[in-house]
This record gives sequence, structure tokens and C-alpha cells, in this order.
Amino acid sequence: MTRPRRTSLACFAVCLLAAGAVHAVPRVPAHDDEVLEQLPYRADDPVTVRLRAERLRLAQEPGNVRLAVHLAREYLELGRESGDPRYAGYAQAALMRWWDLPAPPREVLLLRAILHQRVHEFTAALSDLTALIGADPRNAQALLTRATVLTVQGSFAQAAADCRALTSLTEELVASTCLSAVAAVSGDLAGSRERLRAALEANRSSDPGLREWALTTLAEMAERAGDAPSAEALFRAALALDPADPYLLAAWSDFLLEQRRPREVLALLESTRRSDALFLRYALAEKAAGLASWRASAAELGGRIDASRLRGDRVHLREEARYALLLGGDARAAFALARENWDVQKEPADVLILTASAAAAGDAAALEAVRDWLAQSRLEDVRVRALVGAP
Amino acid sequence: MRAARALLALLALAGAAVAQAHKPSDAYLALSVDASGISGQWDIALRDLDFALGLDGDGDGRITWGELRARQPAIASYALARLGLRADGATCTLRPTAHLADTHSDGAYEVLRFVADCPAHPASLEVDYRLFADLDPQHKGLLRLSTGGRTRTAVFGSGRAQQRFELAGTGRAGQLLAYVHEGVLHIFGGYDHILFLLSLLLPAVLVRATGSWRGVATLRQAFLEVLKVVTAFTLAHSLTLSLAALGVVSLPSRLVESAIAASVVIAAAGNLLPYAERRRWLIAFAFGLIHGFGFAAVLTDLALPRPLLLLALLGFNAGVELGQLAIVAVFLPLAFALRGTWFYRRAALVGGSLAIVLVAAVWLIERAFDVKL
Repeated sequence: MTRPRRTSLACFAVCLLAAGAVHAVPRVPAHDDEVLEQLPYRADDPVTVRLRAERLRLAQEPGNVRLAVHLAREYLELGRESGDPRYAGYAQAALMRWWDLPAPPREVLLLRAILHQRVHEFTAALSDLTALIGADPRNAQALLTRATVLTVQGSFAQAAADCRALTSLTEELVASTCLSAVAAVSGDLAGSRERLRAALEANRSSDPGLREWALTTLAEMAERAGDAPSAEALFRAALALDPADPYLLAAWSDFLLEQRRPREVLALLESTRRSDALFLRYALAEKAAGLASWRASAAELGGRIDASRLRGDRVHLREEARYALLLGGDARAAFALARENWDVQKEPADVLILTASAAAAGDAAALEAVRDWLAQSRLEDVRVRALVGAP
Repeated sequence: MRAARALLALLALAGAAVAQAHKPSDAYLALSVDASGISGQWDIALRDLDFALGLDGDGDGRITWGELRARQPAIASYALARLGLRADGATCTLRPTAHLADTHSDGAYEVLRFVADCPAHPASLEVDYRLFADLDPQHKGLLRLSTGGRTRTAVFGSGRAQQRFELAGTGRAGQLLAYVHEGVLHIFGGYDHILFLLSLLLPAVLVRATGSWRGVATLRQAFLEVLKVVTAFTLAHSLTLSLAALGVVSLPSRLVESAIAASVVIAAAGNLLPYAERRRWLIAFAFGLIHGFGFAAVLTDLALPRPLLLLALLGFNAGVELGQLAIVAVFLPLAFALRGTWFYRRAALVGGSLAIVLVAAVWLIERAFDVKL
């Protein structure tokens, strides 16, 4: 009885070593039934089957723009749900025939803008959206997307104009969320919270996806106002509507980390470590919880970051800066990344990492620049204020 | 029992975590241009190959080695049809040579090894990369191109499918430096050259008077002796290195290697028996000719294209001289400072030379008779 078990344990030790060594050299696996890869989908999964059939149909009818747009939308949605960037490539492939045209059909133009936005090519996204809105001023989705991009870039007045244009075109909750999201980062946090709360109250029967977005937005406002109990209640209400939204999971994890509740983050993100952004939060939680395993996680994350640098990606600069500051222990590198990120996007999270890394690197000039930005944008955020020591 | 089960669960988790990260699609292409031609290794994610070709034979969402193996011919023809290599404008034929598996940060990869039948020693290489261009325009091909000791990288993707690399001509300075580096590495990597030089330098800070060694009076004396030896060695090996690298003279490598070992024996023994007295520069010159053939073998192994040869010769030789200078720069002050001590005259000179004779004798036997002692 004892002997076979000992052998199998010994085998385990060896297998573990082998597993650790797999990165080093290409190998010929010993057995045909060795599992090399677990796909995120099954071949007989209904969605997989349908998408494959649609791809084949599109290959036979390459000029069918409606089919192409439909397929691209499905891939975009899969990408949003899973956080898996490959789906953006598949969506782009569906639109290939029109991708390089200066003036593609409107539906393609919108999707092209959204795909540019996903990889943070904001200039290209804005130019497509502006062309689209010029041709179709009542295109609500284009207006909303442009408002989002403009907010990310810190162009609050223009963003607010797009949100206002939405008012007569779509549900009240969409325009309200859009408008209060902009106002909340440009000088009217308290009023925005009030108005968005009222809009949520008045639109209880809105689409759950829409309500989840509004609740998440409101939760982040409460967090910036330092109202942790409200933020927690709102995050929980949003999670009840969509427990798997990667954006929401990241925001909720950041809140829990800020509240020094890393154990809850570990439980929350155990199964979502594929996504780099969520894995970063997981590793931060491991470190905060005092688990030695954070070093292994940090090393793996470092490997992923190196891989994305090899391809020339600059999409996750904000995450890279957080990694460098909090896991890599390199404040200078973190500050350089946060600076580079700042040139592209100016959301509260970007201000926060810029401030934190500038403070850690002891860069007084950068902190002064942040104070200027706060005065100019009138961003209210208790976390940033604590770091710059502003009144 | 419970502990064992917990361990199992942990392992399963760890395995799952390592194998699956979200990353855009990348493939890693390594091309190496050397004497035997162009060879390549292409690591392509199983996830992508499944999307393109369908690898999951039984549809259970898992790809086994057996399933991958069954699709290897299809993978090779699919992938190689989407990679174009042109050497000096002539299209190369790509042939798969091996299939393996590997793991990168985001999961398992097929490792496809291949060779390219190309004209020999091309001066330029054009790479046309179209893998998954139709299925995932965000796919990137990350190239590592290694040529004669130099590696460069490039990224292929939509909009950048074709790139051309000058293997000779441009980037002369960089190539020259690469050969200088190669030369430095060679002198430090091959102990026979160092020991030969040291054997001739050890007595440079001493003079023999009435049967016993005495330290030289001035540093200048020692310096002149070192200069004579090093200059003679340099002139000689540069001469034969050039002749051999340019193909004017060639000697069988076993003969050269054996003669180099013999030269070390003779040089070191000269410190024990007084035959070399005042004629060390002659030994340095005579055997330097042999060492030059040894250096040339390195360049021949690199199989340089003709236009690169002179550049390589120049750089490599400069590297060898730099390495030599470094040795002298460390040796001379140290030896001069210690020259009056018993340690230097007995332990370093006599003991050291004896040890070198023994080591080199072993090399000589090994190389001459092709045995391992």
C-alpha cells in the first residue's frame, strides 16, 4: 500500500520540476494523451459552432457587410465579457474588406473606432467617430463612444457636449450616466453623485447591462468622495447584475485593496487570473495578505509584461506602472511608465498612479504638475489629495 | 492521504494558472543564417492553430500531444505557405525538419523547425510574414534573426508584412564590433593561447645570471621584453590568420591544434631548461604562425559571406589583440612587483611552468591521437 503511493509522490516531485522547466526548452511530450492546452471554448459549444458557421458564410459572401458587422459585434462582445484580446483581432478580421477604406460603411466606421479605442489608439478612434457623427449626427453609440474617449483624454467640455447631444436620442439613464461621469471628474463630484442617484432611481426598469454601468460609475464616484459604505453598496448592486464584467471586477478589487481587504480580492479573482489586469490585482492582494506566493505571481506577471513589450504594445502602461511601483519596487521605472501613460490618458486611475509613483520617486516637480492638473481639471479624489497633500 | 489530495489540488491550480494568460496572438520566429544555410524555429500558439485549422479532434476543449501530432503535416504546410524568404532576391524553399511543443507565458505552442534552401551566404534577406493575416490582423510575428554572431529583432504584423534585412553592407560598425567581441572571447575562451603567452611572459621580469634568476632592475627592461614577445606573436598570428581566412593556405585542423599544444609545452619548458634564453621572441614568432591558423578556424566556422570576410578578419584580429593587451596589462605590473620574491621565482615561474607543461602535454596527446584523457 505504501510503496505505490511513495512512487507516485516521487513522480509528482519530478513532474513538478519538469513543469517548472517547460519554459526552457522545446520538448517532445512523452505520451499522446498528455494535455498541452485547455481551450477557453469547446468545439461543440453553441456559440463556437454559430460563430464558425458565420465565418464560413462570410468567406463565401465576402461582400456581405451586414453579416460582417454582425460577426464583428459578436466577437467584440465576447472580448468584452472575457477580457481576451484575441477576439478584437477576430472582429477586425471580419471587417477586413472595409478596414483600410477612407470612408467605409457607417456600421464599419463605428466598429473600427471601437477597436481603435480598445487598443488605446485614441486619435484614430476620434477621427473615425468625428467622420461618423458628421455623416450621422444622431448616432447615439458614436456620440457615447466619443464622449468616453474625450473624457479619457481629459477634454471634458467637448465630452459633456456629446453627452448632452445624447439626451434626445436615447434612454435618459444613458445620457445621465454619460454627463455625470464627465462632471464628476471636472469639478462637480457631489452634484453628479446626486443626479446619477436620482436617474438610477427614476429608471429602475432599464436594461440590466445599462444599470450595471451606471451603478459602477456611481460607485467609483463614491470612492473618490471617500464614501466607502456607499461605494461598497453600489459595487455590490452592480455585481449582482453582472458578476463577471472584467471592468467591474477590477474596480471592485481596487476598492477592496484600498480598504485593506486583500483576502476578499483573492477569493473574488481566483478563477480570473488569465486577464493581466485582474491578475495584477490578485498579485497585489497576495502581497497585501502577506502570502509568499506573491513573488511567483509577480514573476509571472513580469513575464507577461515582457511578452507584450516584445510585440510593441503600449496598451497597459497604467497596469505596468502599478506593477513596477507595487510589485517590482522600482519607483523610477514606475514614474516613467506613469508619465508615458499620462500623455495618452487622464482618468482618475491615471492621475492616481502618476501621483503615487511621483511621490515614491520623490519627484517634487511632477507632484507640482499634478497639483496644477488638479486645479485646472478640478478633479476631486480623496486618494490623490492624500498623496499630493493638497487642501 | 488528505495531505496528498491537497497537494494534488494545488498542483492542478498551479498548472492551470501557468498555462493560461490572456495575451494577443503572437508567434516567435527565430531565423539563423550560418555556414549550413538558413534554419528556423517557429513557435505558434496552439490556441491560434486551433482557430485556423482545428486541432481539438475530439472536441473536448483540450488539445493533447496526440491531437497535435496528427495535425503536424497540416500545420507545417499551412504555416510555411505563409512565410516567404528571399535571399538576394531568390526565393527559398522551406522544409519542415521537426515538430516539438513548448510553453510560453500564455499557454502551449507548437514548435516548428525548418530549413530554407537558399543561395549560400546571401547579402540580404527578405522576410514576408503572413501568418493569420486573414484570421487575426492583430497577430504579430516576433522575429529574432541571428547572423554571424549578431542578433537583431523585428516585429511583423498587418501593415508590416514584408521586411528586408541587410546581412552584409549596412551596419558595418556593428558587425565590426561583433567580430572584435568574437576575437576577445576567443582569446579568453581558449586557454592554450593564454598559457602560451604567459609561458613566454613569466620570465620577462627576470634575468638569468650565473645559473639563477634575478629580478630585472627597471620596469623599462621588463616592458621591452614583453613588447618584443607580444609584437612577434601578433605579427606571426596576424599573418597566418589572414592567409588562412582568405583561403591562401590551409592546414588540417588536427595538425594545427596538436602543434598549438606542442608550442605551449615548448614555451613553458623553456623556463625550466635554459634553451629559450633571450630568444623568446623567436619562439613567439615561430609558434605564433601556428596559433594564427587556430584563430582562422574560428572564422572559417562562422562561414562568412565573401564581402564580410575582410571586415571580420580586421575585427577578429583586433579583438584578439585587445584580449592580449588586457592579459599583459594585468600581468606586467603584478609580475614586476613580485619579481624579487621567492614565490615568483620558484612557485610561479618553475611551478607554474611545470604545471603548464603537464597540462599542454595532455592536450598534445589528446589532440594528436584524438583520445580523451
